[in-house]
Amino acid sequence: MKTGRLLTGTQRNWPTELWESPLSLPTYRRAFFLLIMLGLGGLASVWFIGEISDRINPLYDFAKTYLEGLGIPLFLIQLAWTIIKAGILLMVPVVNAICVVWWERKISAHMQSRLGPMYVGGWHGWLQTIADSIKLLLKEDITPNLADKKIHLLATAVALAPAIAAFAPVSFGKELVYADIDIGILYVFAVSGISVFGIIMAGWASANKYSMLGGLRAAAQMVSYEIPRTFSVVPVIMLCGTLNIAAIAEAQSGYLFGFLPRWFIFYPVVGQIAFIVFLIASVAETNRVPFDIPEAESELVAGFSTEYSGIKFSMFFLAEYSYVLISALLISAFFLGGGSPLLPSLSFIPSWAWFIGKALFIIFCFLWFRWTFPRFRVDRLMDFNWKFLFPLTLINILLAGIWSAEIKHMVK
Amino acid sequence: MYLSILILSVFAVAFALITLLLSYLLRPKVEDALKREVYECGIEATGDTRIKTNFRFYTFALLFVIFDLEVLYLFPWAVVVKSANAAIIAEMFVFIGIIAVGFVYAWKKGALKWE
Repeated sequence: MKTGRLLTGTQRNWPTELWESPLSLPTYRRAFFLLIMLGLGGLASVWFIGEISDRINPLYDFAKTYLEGLGIPLFLIQLAWTIIKAGILLMVPVVNAICVVWWERKISAHMQSRLGPMYVGGWHGWLQTIADSIKLLLKEDITPNLADKKIHLLATAVALAPAIAAFAPVSFGKELVYADIDIGILYVFAVSGISVFGIIMAGWASANKYSMLGGLRAAAQMVSYEIPRTFSVVPVIMLCGTLNIAAIAEAQSGYLFGFLPRWFIFYPVVGQIAFIVFLIASVAETNRVPFDIPEAESELVAGFSTEYSGIKFSMFFLAEYSYVLISALLISAFFLGGGSPLLPSLSFIPSWAWFIGKALFIIFCFLWFRWTFPRFRVDRLMDFNWKFLFPLTLINILLAGIWSAEIKHMVK
Repeated sequence: MYLSILILSVFAVAFALITLLLSYLLRPKVEDALKREVYECGIEATGDTRIKTNFRFYTFALLFVIFDLEVLYLFPWAVVVKSANAAIIAEMFVFIGIIAVGFVYAWKKGALKWE
């Protein structure tokens, strides 16, 4: 008998074949080859597409001159263009949710040595989420008799609509931003704060004690973690001198000593503290494990979403996954340099691929945390926020102030 | 520029409402008295849900309002700090010091304790 890599000696109690190395099995060799080819193909197609703004802008200019020739006022053309862009942006959270739910199920499954969805769509269950969402759309809606029916219905819309509206100033790459406003950061934080109302309303309207507790816990948690999240961005703003998300990403391009990217995460001490605090607070803001006490299954059934079914239930999750994407894009823009490549020689990959690739890596980290950390207890969660993260961000702002006062002259 | 945000907000609200309406038109409606009971782990629900709740939530909401407003003061300062001289940075250090004193006071008073 061969000695395995994973299970050795007499400890084996799982009916599985043992192998010396994963690559000794032909299926694994094929899968490895397929993965490499998929990666290369993706890289080639991304290189072939190039900068999206370079492709779209000439098209728009051509259409504009043509339509102006027909005597249509410029204002109407710009309005139509904005509406088209808004329609495209509206698809972003939907497509994101469909992909990320599938990835979450597959990645969770593989982290636990399972396979996850395998049948729907043929190849590794890639249509599973679409089938699920159609199913949820067709499911009967069950509202409890005691519930406040109007608020119960309205809560879903209040939770979802700001999640989509918050995408407006978020940058996706070079010149790929829907509304290039100067107060982008403030707008994202302000608008995403509205979703807390939706969750409190859901908890209150359900007339269920678990929902009520879940909603109130969610409110206290999201509101508390908003503080270190906003405070940890202040050093970034101090070093970039702007609140515009696209401009912050742009400010981090270039290299120190020719190889070290000028990403904010590489700034000594200040950058790392800000990054870690922002990451932790983002996970907590989106109510994901290990900060998922608002919907802790073992304590609160399903928290604020206990009494929701069908499409109403899925709307809360659409909102949650939208916030995961927004957090990932913000981390990518604030700390990982947005669209700037890791090495100067990799600059043939367009900026949107870097931007979204970094965001997808952060989303993978979110999924990774889920299977790495146990859930916080509710009082520890609050203590961790108020007695550790918040003082840490205050100290970090002081450090960044000293940095911008003194050290930046020495580096220059 | 801000018109585009208004358009997106209208789209977002419309998207949420249309999804609800679509589901309302498509889904079956089968009435059943038991189905509409509140789910509390299968046991019949007792008592009223809308009772007076834990005071803690209120305290944390108040603390949130205080510190979130202070972030609003920090943002404009953070935008201009790059071109500012040492006096402006020192002034903001004093402001952060005042925040820290208030924070320590709240901590010592037990406002941060979750019961």
